[in-house]
Amino acid sequence: MSEQSTNGQQISTSQNGSPAAGNILLDVKNLQKWFPITAGFFRRTIGHVKAVDDISFQVLQGETVGLVGESGCGKTTAGRCILRAYDLTGGQVLFQDHDGKMVDLGPLTNNEMKPYRQQVRMIFQDPFNSLNPRMPVIDIVGDPLKINNVAAGKELEDRVASLLARVGLRPEYMRRYPHAFSGGERQRIGIARALALDPRLVVADEAVSALDVSVRAQILNLIKDLQEEFNLTYIFVSHDLSVIEYICDRVVVMYVGKIVEVAETEELFDQPFHPYTEALLSAVPNPDPRMRQQKARIVLEGDVADPANPPSGCYFHPRCRYVQDQCSQETPELREIAPGHFAACHFAEELTLVGVTASGELG
Amino acid sequence: METPVLIEIKNLKTHFFLDEGTVQAVNGVDFTIHQHKTLCVVGESGCGKSVTARSILQIVDQPGRIVEGEILYHRPDRLSVAGNGEWTSGATSANGNSTTEIIDLAALDPRGREIRAIRGQDISMIFQEPMTSLSPIHTVGNQITEAIKLHTDMLDDEADEHAIELLRRVGIPRPAERLGTYPFELSGGMRQRVMIAMALSCNPALLIADEPTTAVDVTTQAQILELLEELQDEFGMAIMLITHDLGVVAEMADDVVVMYLGQVAERGDVDSIFHDPKHPYTQSLLKSIPRLGVSRNRQRLDSIRGMVPDPYNRPAGCMFGPRCDHFMPGRCDAISPPAIPLGPGREVHCLLYEDE
Ligand SMILES: Nc1ncnc2c1ncn2[C@@H]1O[C@H](COP(=O)(O)OP(=O)(O)OP(=O)(O)O)[C@@H](O)[C@H]1O
Ligand SMILES: Nc1ncnc2c1ncn2[C@@H]1O[C@H](COP(=O)(O)OP(=O)(O)O)[C@@H](O)[C@H]1O
Ligand code: SF4
Ligand code: SF4
Ligand SMILES: [Mg+2]
Ligand SMILES: [Mg+2]
Repeated sequence: MSEQSTNGQQISTSQNGSPAAGNILLDVKNLQKWFPITAGFFRRTIGHVKAVDDISFQVLQGETVGLVGESGCGKTTAGRCILRAYDLTGGQVLFQDHDGKMVDLGPLTNNEMKPYRQQVRMIFQDPFNSLNPRMPVIDIVGDPLKINNVAAGKELEDRVASLLARVGLRPEYMRRYPHAFSGGERQRIGIARALALDPRLVVADEAVSALDVSVRAQILNLIKDLQEEFNLTYIFVSHDLSVIEYICDRVVVMYVGKIVEVAETEELFDQPFHPYTEALLSAVPNPDPRMRQQKARIVLEGDVADPANPPSGCYFHPRCRYVQDQCSQETPELREIAPGHFAACHFAEELTLVGVTASGELG
Repeated sequence: METPVLIEIKNLKTHFFLDEGTVQAVNGVDFTIHQHKTLCVVGESGCGKSVTARSILQIVDQPGRIVEGEILYHRPDRLSVAGNGEWTSGATSANGNSTTEIIDLAALDPRGREIRAIRGQDISMIFQEPMTSLSPIHTVGNQITEAIKLHTDMLDDEADEHAIELLRRVGIPRPAERLGTYPFELSGGMRQRVMIAMALSCNPALLIADEPTTAVDVTTQAQILELLEELQDEFGMAIMLITHDLGVVAEMADDVVVMYLGQVAERGDVDSIFHDPKHPYTQSLLKSIPRLGVSRNRQRLDSIRGMVPDPYNRPAGCMFGPRCDHFMPGRCDAISPPAIPLGPGREVHCLLYEDE
């Protein structure tokens, strides 16, 4: 966890999804994003996809927080709300300004958002579609600098060159177009672009998911190195738990638009408190054939619930192997079960769930 | 335990002839699939896994074709030809003289009658994206029964019964009601199950699964892998599982083929590949993956420098040369490493082992 100086808001009382203490850079409170479902000629709204439904978590200066969960659970939507690529349906996105004050990005107009768009940047999943194919690299990386009047001409070129060098690309290639680069190289270009304006918070959405195994390690290392060098704070969105474990200080687990568990990485992987986290961990294939026998893979029944029509009570109850009567009736709140470790399960204290020990065994 | 050979691939070359040049997608591949066993083919995107699989069924896209090599199918005898007929292995005959028919699939006409009879019945395939092999305009029931009726003499009622049984077997709830649904009404995991049901409808001797879980979540992946294992126990088919996920390989494989740029880097039993890898590529690949519980306190992952070269600019000599830490100038860039045998079914293509 971060041990940054404390010019921001200091907390010691734990709120939902909050770490024990630290300098909060981002405070997401009761965030909601619903998408209307329309039907008929008049596009009448007949319901909502509750893509993100009342989630709260905090991000400390200098740490990496992972958002993990299955497809459609709302990770990308949460990330896009934080970047204000979406208007919020409800809740607040409090961001620590340079002067230490917390500003709610939620209600800001496009114009008011401008200074914050420099400070909060995004790295996208798909290195193929996220770069404009008709722009040379110098424009892709340099545009944010130009638009925000940070640099121009020779100075711009020098900045771009040093950014490219920093992410491991040859500056000589800056006049080339994206198609001339491999997947890993394009992801490096995307990272250089995200870093151009010295951001304070970077949201990386599945930043390595589309990359081949041998290139993924290079990019993960780069992301870690840059964090140290530029004192960056990351929100790292991924469905890959082994990547999350490697890169994150704390992890937020989502299921059907809600947070089901939050904890420091080691805690969460050692001792999950939510049955869904346990099932996720057990589903990750272990790259060691000798572990095959020892592993009791938990195979969940059925599919992820539909966020437009979630089940009653605990959303996980139709698939949970510990389900009891109460679970289909009452919605469990996210509660602090151990210091800094939150879970939304009625029976979090009673259940003894299996995590992953530091040797890679399940136990 | 060794089981009889089912498929033997020898020096397979499948190339694509494009205006820009020739892509040597598969360029001299050898490996063997045994009856009832799971062979995993692993490698990075573009290394030729799918093209190898499609070559076996002679469904390589234009402008590609098999230019060299053999794909010997040791066809086991069927006990009965009914849809749920069982396979016997020719090699189990008392005197050890196999009566098995051997067919070179590579030599068959891709549009001919022989290969069409083998597709679906002897060898079937499932794909990463189920919608590529499911028709969007026909019900799930129709598609499965069509597949059954194509290869058996079952009547409509029997085929329906069999389809319901298959759907139940792959874990589709209320299977009788599902016969009338369309693929788009199903979730990704469900579609994958329907495709598996279809692929197994004629009890094939080999099921080729090309990245069947790459597009689904880990929990769905766990369901599908578990299902494949159960079905293999029950139906006894061999599985050729293509994946780029070493975790999946470790959980599923009996034997492993590691491919790099159209060639085999090494192959062997799963334990040797993971615990005694010989090829520098396999060694670095295994070191570069984050592992649950293990990489937690690591500051950095080992990574392989550079990237896979593009198919038009293949290096001279060893394909892995430009990225290899053991590169020997004058040798690795001059000689294409031959297969060096290390034991039964164990082979490496690397000059480091040449004089062993
Ligand atoms: N623009 C939109 N309009 C309507 N529904 C949407 C929109 N964007 C997302 N959704 C829905 O909101 C839910 C959450 O989607 P989101 O993209 O945030 O998931 P995710 O966790 O990022 O999934 P993945 O792992 O597949 O990227 C899904 O049910 C999705 O279909
Ligand atoms: N239809 C096609 N036309 C041209 N090239 C192809 C075609 N299909 C595959 N290739 C090329 O063949 C090589 C191997 O591809 P493939 O077998 O699909 O790789 P993977 O190992 O990812 O399955 C790649 O270089 C790919 O671009
Ligand atoms: S509240 Fe009940 S259904 Fe939900 S996770 Fe806990 S035990 Fe399972
Ligand atoms: S042949 Fe040479 S370059 Fe190729 S893997 Fe072996 S040592 Fe490395
Ligand atoms: Mg997403
Ligand atoms: Mg493929």
